[in-house]
Amino acid sequence: MRNKPKPSVFSGLSHLALVIWALLIILPLLWTFLAAFKNNTEIFGDALQLPAEVRWENWARAWDKAHVGTYMINTVVVVFFGTAGTMLFGSMAAYVLARYTFPGQRLIYLLFVAGMAFPVFLAIGPLFFVVKQFGLLDSHVGLVIVYIAYSLPFTVFFLAAFFRTLPEAVAEAAKIDGASHTRTFFQVMLPMAKPGIISITIFNVLGQWNQYLLPLALVPGDKEKWVITQGIADISTIAGYEADWPALFAALNLAIIPVLVVYIIFQRQIQSGLGAGALK
Amino acid sequence: MSTERLRKYGFVAGFLVVPLTLYLVFVISPYIQAFQLALTSWNGYQRNPTYVGLANFGKLFDDEVFWQAIRNHAVILLVLPLLTIAFALFFAFLLNLGGGSRGAGMRGVWGSTFYKVVFFAPQVLAVAVVGVLWKAIFRPDESGVVNGALIKMGLDPVGWLTEPSLALWSLLAVMIWQAVGFYVVLFSAGMAAIPRDYFEAAALDGAGRFRLFFSITLPLLRDTIQVGWVYLGIAAFDCFALIQVLSVDAGGPDGATTVLPVEIYKTAFSYNKVGYASAMGVALFFLTITFAVLTLRVSRREKIEL
Repeated sequence: MRNKPKPSVFSGLSHLALVIWALLIILPLLWTFLAAFKNNTEIFGDALQLPAEVRWENWARAWDKAHVGTYMINTVVVVFFGTAGTMLFGSMAAYVLARYTFPGQRLIYLLFVAGMAFPVFLAIGPLFFVVKQFGLLDSHVGLVIVYIAYSLPFTVFFLAAFFRTLPEAVAEAAKIDGASHTRTFFQVMLPMAKPGIISITIFNVLGQWNQYLLPLALVPGDKEKWVITQGIADISTIAGYEADWPALFAALNLAIIPVLVVYIIFQRQIQSGLGAGALK
Repeated sequence: MSTERLRKYGFVAGFLVVPLTLYLVFVISPYIQAFQLALTSWNGYQRNPTYVGLANFGKLFDDEVFWQAIRNHAVILLVLPLLTIAFALFFAFLLNLGGGSRGAGMRGVWGSTFYKVVFFAPQVLAVAVVGVLWKAIFRPDESGVVNGALIKMGLDPVGWLTEPSLALWSLLAVMIWQAVGFYVVLFSAGMAAIPRDYFEAAALDGAGRFRLFFSITLPLLRDTIQVGWVYLGIAAFDCFALIQVLSVDAGGPDGATTVLPVEIYKTAFSYNKVGYASAMGVALFFLTITFAVLTLRVSRREKIEL
């Protein structure tokens, strides 16, 4: 039987401090959740009171009239293809830059790494016109391509470091067996790099989900094309004019709850995925 | 051998052509154009931009909005890392060593996993969504929960976002609220990697928790803290989404919370001064590089002294 630790004042104070911060995290989220079931009178009457009844119509208005459903679907589509493209092209570039020597290898690697040093705001004006020239403004294809391009620097940097650690003997063995370069990559090296790929995939999903500047600048016109970040910000502004605060809170929760659910399910992977960025 | 060489180079070229093309067209090319456009008065519509040399930068240095943004970056650059790291170290220490004593050993509080999950949660919310959330919380009338509580207690409501002298601090509070959890997890991992023996040996010598923290935890965590500082410093030069969404009139009131990214966005897309916006972008770039170089220099010097 393990000794039960003696309760101490310090332990109690530790919990007190930790609980206070936990409440500072939970209470704002809980308050907006409850507000999503109120009407305007209740919201303006007493911010601390519970909703008198469960008003699911607020959520229906948020989903349909405020287009949250459209924004959510758009975001899932864009982030799915954006991340898939990032991981595919990032892995390919990182692999050859890490494990092959060829003319220009170092220059190309440094070119990718340099991208991490440049703030995207430096390029946002010119980027708008580059995307415009390709006819990709107000287009999900354009947004996906730009997400991939701007996610490549860190992805290449991180995965190149990872591919460099893989044992040479395995690649040599595959080569002796007559495997082509392509087969070695997809069937041998990529599976071995799985832990790194999972971490960086999560990092990229959250980064692209969080993205606000790029959709704001590149998908400015057609609201049907908007992603959730610009949609929520817009609903927040409109709520003031249309005096429909309940629908705003419902919209806010429609944006928050799915993410929190996914987070709770995958919290260990998500924490290590985001932490991957800190271990560069 | 020659065939194998061709096959190798073919493979390399094939794997690089798409990522490199995407990267050169959409990342490198706009960056290069930004440096070029910074020397023009282009409004985005003229066929041929008018070259104006360094006039945009001269104008920038005379621009009060630019200097207000710089001052705000300075405040954020100081306060955001300092408070975020202080809170995170405090909570991480409690989580790892804040439990009851057992013999000479010290242990974490029970439920530490729960706390880490809760603390980390804001990190996975999009910043724009966090901005909307806190805009509702900070509303100036009784519909905002903070002022609602104050009014209920018979106190006057506070202009968290509308009072110029207070707005930036309210925004900083939200940034810290969202960021602390990430660093709690990061520092907890760092602390968990410190061998238990170190703490037990020190405890046998009669060292209390505070001495443990400053003599053992802090020194051994130095590299991790430095990483955190760099990250938060880079974040201090951004802040676009939060300020664009949460502040009054995106950078207000009266420029009290503006930052360069917000001004760059406004100048390029609301005022159609792409050349001037690019000059601001170049200024932001040099500020960011300066910060990165200074930080690396400091960490290198510390390494040499050891």
